[in-house]
Amino acid sequence: MSIPIQISVGSNIPIYWQIVDQVCKAVAAGSLVPGDQMPSVRALAEQLVVNPNTVARAYSDLVRDGVLETHRGKGVYVAGRRSVFSKEEQDRRMDQALDVFLHEAMLLGLTGAEIVDRLSAKLSVLSKSSTGETVDE
Amino acid sequence: MSDYAIEAHGLTKYYGSREIVSRLDLAVPRGSIFGFLGRNGAGKSTTIRMLMGLVEPTRGAATVLGYDCRNLPPEARARIGYLPEGHNVYDWMTVEQCRNFQSAFHARWSDKIFWGVIDHFGLKSKAKAKNLSRGERAGLCLALTLAPEPDLLVLDDPALGLDPVARRSLLESMIYVTRKEDRTILFSSHLLADVERVTDRIAVLDGGVLRADCLLGTFQERIRRFRLKFEGSVPDPAALPKLLHSTPGDHELLLTFANSDRDVQDRLSALAPTRIDEVPIGFEDAFIDFIGDRGRKSLFLDESAQ
Repeated sequence: MSIPIQISVGSNIPIYWQIVDQVCKAVAAGSLVPGDQMPSVRALAEQLVVNPNTVARAYSDLVRDGVLETHRGKGVYVAGRRSVFSKEEQDRRMDQALDVFLHEAMLLGLTGAEIVDRLSAKLSVLSKSSTGETVDE
Repeated sequence: MSDYAIEAHGLTKYYGSREIVSRLDLAVPRGSIFGFLGRNGAGKSTTIRMLMGLVEPTRGAATVLGYDCRNLPPEARARIGYLPEGHNVYDWMTVEQCRNFQSAFHARWSDKIFWGVIDHFGLKSKAKAKNLSRGERAGLCLALTLAPEPDLLVLDDPALGLDPVARRSLLESMIYVTRKEDRTILFSSHLLADVERVTDRIAVLDGGVLRADCLLGTFQERIRRFRLKFEGSVPDPAALPKLLHSTPGDHELLLTFANSDRDVQDRLSALAPTRIDEVPIGFEDAFIDFIGDRGRKSLFLDESAQ
């Protein structure tokens, strides 16, 4: 089974992290659904042409974070329901994401009010598209 | 069986009064893919030739698969696949004749592997070696090296002169080879993107001296780059500890450090910048800053350094 993961070697982002990130994004976007079987560590390593230990590390992080789960003797699968992060871990991740977002917004000179407006607009677009309505430009 | 496919202690080589390799201690874990890096002339090929028993060390010792490198018996050579720099073959031989020639030396030989690699590189059995491109010769040499199913592969700059497709085939073969868990690969390379893809551990040789010996991830974590912005003039960073490289800019400094710690952070703050940001740095840039001119501060990177 071929997973649509593309890694970019020579970027500033370590390879194992790119794999983690892309699997998470595929799950969030729905191109990987709960119950889907992931390729074995070796198969993915050979597909991406990277060291199997790098893939193993990515899978290990994904299992730890509850995105993937192992079925003993059968392999690695997309987890049925994302395990709930601990409150501390949720807070930590959210803080990190907010720092990046706000840093960029400030760099661009947005006021607090503008930031909130943009955020609200984005949120309403997201909720519309998830209910199947089309979004016109 | 030892945990290490290769162990070197104090390996040293002088040519006349020139020290080419200086007191090298190395341990290549069994089952690992080990990248041997360094600038041209750093001593990598000489080290490899010493390990393969082709050059006599001036001092020091090494074992390869448990055998003394100065005296590798046939049973050791049967388990080592050595691919020297340059992909040399007898140019009057065809691919098939090379196979016949090489297989006669080996008790163990897999035609399945030989022709599999030949096929992977798109070669024909009747092709004459002298008509092969560089990449095709590399494929042939790799097939000849892999067919005896060696436990240890030693590849000296195997991607030299290869086009991107051949390079990719080479990498794929390297990963494929490690399907058998006890197989070890030691290879030297300048192609840092390839090194980043496939290695577990790296060792960096600089002017004959070992300057790093660690997991690839450790190297990447320990080399960090910061951007400092200044309102007025930009201070001279030369006195900063653990500094590998500095790039001055317009009211800013870009600084790369090895093993940056609390002390470094304090010294950066003491320069009174208006802001300090960490800037992500890729493996190639980190390596260049580590090994470049400014890096001559004997900074050593291994698992234990902090």
